[in-house]
Amino acid sequence: MSRHRMPSRHRAALVAATAIAGFGLAAAAQAETLTIGLAAEATSMDPHFHNLTPNNQIAQHIFDNLINQDEAQRLVPALATEWAPIDDLTWEFKLREGVAFHDGTPFSADDIVCTFERAPNVPNSPSGYGTYIRGKTVEKVDDYTIHIKTENPYPLMATDVSTIPIISAAHCDATTEDYNSGAATFGTGPYKFVQYTPGDRIVLERNDDYWGDIPEFEEVVLRPITSDPSRVAALLAGDVDMINIVPTADLETLESRSEVALHTGVSNRVIYMHIDHWREQSPHLTAKDGSAIDNPLRDQRVRLAISKAIDREAIRDRVMEGQSIPAGQLLPEGFFGVSPNLEAEAYDPDGAKALLAEAGYPDGFRMVAHGPNDRYTNDARILEAIAQMLTRVGIETSIDTMTNSVFFSRASSGAEGEPEFSFILVGWGAGSGEASSPLRSLLATHDPDAGMGASNRGRYSNPEMDAILMEALGTVDDARRDQLLAEATELAIGDLGIIPIHYQVNTWATRAGLTYVPRTDEWTLAMTVTGE
Amino acid sequence: MAVFILRRLMQAVLVVLAMACLVFFGVYLVGDPVWMFVSPDMNQADIAAVTASLGLDRPIWEQFARFLWSALQGDLGRSFVFGEPALKLILSRMPATLELATAALVMAIVLGIPLGLYAGLNPERAGSRTIMAGSIVGFSLPNFWVGIMLIMVFAVILGWLPSTGRGETATYFGITSSLFTLDGLRHIILPAFNLALTKIALVIRLTRAGTMEAIHQDYIKFARAKGLSQRRIVLVHLLKNIMIPIITVIGLEFGTLVAFAVVTETVFAWPGMGKLLIEAIQRLDRPVIVAYLMIIVLLFVVINLLVDICYSLLDPRVRLGEVSR
Repeated sequence: MSRHRMPSRHRAALVAATAIAGFGLAAAAQAETLTIGLAAEATSMDPHFHNLTPNNQIAQHIFDNLINQDEAQRLVPALATEWAPIDDLTWEFKLREGVAFHDGTPFSADDIVCTFERAPNVPNSPSGYGTYIRGKTVEKVDDYTIHIKTENPYPLMATDVSTIPIISAAHCDATTEDYNSGAATFGTGPYKFVQYTPGDRIVLERNDDYWGDIPEFEEVVLRPITSDPSRVAALLAGDVDMINIVPTADLETLESRSEVALHTGVSNRVIYMHIDHWREQSPHLTAKDGSAIDNPLRDQRVRLAISKAIDREAIRDRVMEGQSIPAGQLLPEGFFGVSPNLEAEAYDPDGAKALLAEAGYPDGFRMVAHGPNDRYTNDARILEAIAQMLTRVGIETSIDTMTNSVFFSRASSGAEGEPEFSFILVGWGAGSGEASSPLRSLLATHDPDAGMGASNRGRYSNPEMDAILMEALGTVDDARRDQLLAEATELAIGDLGIIPIHYQVNTWATRAGLTYVPRTDEWTLAMTVTGE
Repeated sequence: MAVFILRRLMQAVLVVLAMACLVFFGVYLVGDPVWMFVSPDMNQADIAAVTASLGLDRPIWEQFARFLWSALQGDLGRSFVFGEPALKLILSRMPATLELATAALVMAIVLGIPLGLYAGLNPERAGSRTIMAGSIVGFSLPNFWVGIMLIMVFAVILGWLPSTGRGETATYFGITSSLFTLDGLRHIILPAFNLALTKIALVIRLTRAGTMEAIHQDYIKFARAKGLSQRRIVLVHLLKNIMIPIITVIGLEFGTLVAFAVVTETVFAWPGMGKLLIEAIQRLDRPVIVAYLMIIVLLFVVINLLVDICYSLLDPRVRLGEVSR
């Protein structure tokens, strides 16, 4: 489409106009359209309907949160300018004054009250915001001050609040359909809603009255192009200016082309092996002759042997085309609650064999490893490589991969409500940007009543770790909590509660001359795209 | 004839019901959709709440009974992931698919019939052999690969046509379509050709076979003896006679073009029903899958019925009432 090739011509015209008029033109005032090809489509324009990356990244354009997360998921002021606990059970938020919604209504504390009422109660929502709002009571102190109260000390208040898009109280009763049609889609964000054609495009227009940095591009068109080769081709053909999730197989070709620029950054997603810790005999583990054996994975030495047998650097170089960082814990360095003492386990096949012999398996055993084949970057190929590496030290491993809709159902509750597999490849992206999220879901003792260990598909349980984690979850002091989370991580990783493989690295591609700051949460945001 | 149509409609209802049943239980066997929706930070109580709000905590029989009861009242359920009625979602995507299928059909006719005629009239010429070899290629190359190649050649290398997506739409006579704008036509050429490829090959082969058979028949020889021009013999006498089977096949193929444009729509990011279906399958969005397939079954039943009725109108020897006896 010629429209998408226009920017350079347009810019030339602008530069000429500027020169003639003799005044400086801020980059922010460029009249350009930015077209982005996205790998996954948002399912709704309702910011509270489906808490899912493709939806959240669209909502972030139109709506602000009280607190936003920057590209490294650090908390930055948005509609709240200041926040702090004023006693053990109350957090005070000072709200930004002089902000207006896109329909002109001014922003005030009433909008927060309305958002907290609506967000957890959207009808038919497949995954809403109850998780972040439950147990919190919002009180309006004055128009620009609110208090959020909890029943117990709650250190993650700011993190939780940073996930919730703020809507206007004028549209508190609006339905999901009203948001999809645009009738209620008024936020305070850097872009205004223009058009939503499901399956085809979302069109946004710059909010020139935005309280923060005015984005560079006047119009943004977001197009879902789910097929990987088509998305790359659309960029090469100049039909889109930018794509996300560049397939690793195409990186080499794209790197060699001068009309394309690549933007690469580590994500908050760790790829790891989850291990059956609780069954005396595990369904997919047998002796080499096929006879039943007691679950060898319950022996810490066997788990360590597996970790040592995995050559993470080889996986990075040969499977991931360099798009991964070998992992030694739950989140890459720089995140809150990460331990400075943990490194990725070094490749040591001889050490692995010695450990297996010491644990009473000198000849190894037989195992089936399971995983998804369409969920994470190169997931099935990673599992294949791991199976070969384990077979080399004597653990004869075959693999069984499946589409993710089948995999997660079976891996979570396939065996009469209990996890079905013995040894699985999974990934975890810490949406909260700190270590309590994976610790609580993956490694805390599985306890539905307490809401702990919801994704603990290996049923790892260490009461000592649980106790430290619980203490951390009740500690408001940041420095102390950081230390407690690191301690809990060290315990769980020392036990090999899970075996971390790598942190996923993501790549965005743009036409040459554009810059994008990669985000750890894998979001694609038009407002942080800048020209030369 | 009224009895015949009524009977066919009753059969259609049974087929649709059987289809709904198969798909409903089939999707249930694949896995628990709730794992596709919940966000990772949710705890067990949240997950249970979502399961309950979508009715997935009920026994499968009860879920099916509820579905049937609503379906009888015209409600095929709400999409789990879009939150909108499944029927509305599918119908909103239908125009894009219909225009793609129509464009593909036109290509199949406009390209297939002349090429088939040429090959049938001049079977020994090199040109004919090339056409026939090309039609084999059209049949046998995977749709997905051809689509990517078309994009690479015409969009990336030559830069003649846009790579993906649907163009601007315009509304005439109450119909909104991208076929009415230049931008829309530029966007539809590649996906329509990709979708049409096997159909073009099919029409070429049918036309050629019909031509080769008819050319030796007495009425053609008689027309020649009468001194009619070759042009008139081919375009009037021959074409008219070979068109009947071709039109029948094309009519039925239109159904498959509409129903199963999945691959083409995915490769070309075409916002049609096929793309909706494949994404619904990936996400186990059961209401959309079930509703889609029910609509497709209905579509095929209606097309078949129309074809049967057309036969009886065209050829008085076919009596519909007796067909089913």
